[in-house]
Amino acid sequence: MTLLHFQLLAAALFSLGLYGVLARRNAVLVLMGVELMLNAVNVNLVAFAAYRDIPIATGQVIAIFIITLAAAEVGLALAVVLRLFRSHGSADVDAIRGMRG
Amino acid sequence: MELALFVIAAALSVGGAIGVVMVNNVVHAAVYLLIAMLGVAAAFVLLYAEFLALVQLLIYGGAVTMVILFALMLTRRSAHEEQAHHVRWPIAAGVSVGVFGLLASASLLEAGRFNSAERSGIGLEELGRTLFEEWAIPFEVASLVLLIAVVGAIVIGRAGRAEDIASPEGAPPRHVRPGTGRGEAR
Repeated sequence: MTLLHFQLLAAALFSLGLYGVLARRNAVLVLMGVELMLNAVNVNLVAFAAYRDIPIATGQVIAIFIITLAAAEVGLALAVVLRLFRSHGSADVDAIRGMRG
Repeated sequence: MELALFVIAAALSVGGAIGVVMVNNVVHAAVYLLIAMLGVAAAFVLLYAEFLALVQLLIYGGAVTMVILFALMLTRRSAHEEQAHHVRWPIAAGVSVGVFGLLASASLLEAGRFNSAERSGIGLEELGRTLFEEWAIPFEVASLVLLIAVVGAIVIGRAGRAEDIASPEGAPPRHVRPGTGRGEAR
């Protein structure tokens, strides 16, 4: 088991999350794609820190910060989704056209 | 043995991620997200990051999935979405396959440079020391960010309710176009 395994795992998770962000129509499902991408980044950070010649804690510390910010982001984004659902009657990101240029 | 454990963790996380982006039932997607988070936590354990695995389980498995499930139940009209995917999903699929190819080829090309080292963990004590000494100021800023996010979520969530109460009974809210069928959910 080498660093490459973890890198490929993170790449797969990131691409799947990207597909979810781009192709999904429900705003909550788009958010789940963002969460997958953040997790892929976390895997990469921890793997690079662990496979260093002298292991350092910085990778895990930054991963903790990412988890914290992801939690804050989920709370805020779901409040926005709830508000959009109340005003538009759906959580479909394609139906929200109010701020189109 | 280790490789077998890694394969299990990778299968859990990638399989869960495929479920998140593929299934049409939104509640099933949330459960698949939980499975993917469990797989990522297992990968953290394999990288000797036990504390991070615990945080992952508590925050993603406990909090984030629950909040997402609540939001799904508050915003869905039926569990099954007829058109869960955008009509131009092949473009999205092409972009993500391209990104995967880019990341994987970069990893493979540079594999020899980093792969020689064996992985090793750091103690919880050193993690805490780094977090509270080197990263003390970002830590405090993160608590401020969380506070602002909580206040913002409450403000955004409450504003809609006041508006609903203000609008007369039976009349649709002013900003919903009649006839589109989108305003009749509540």
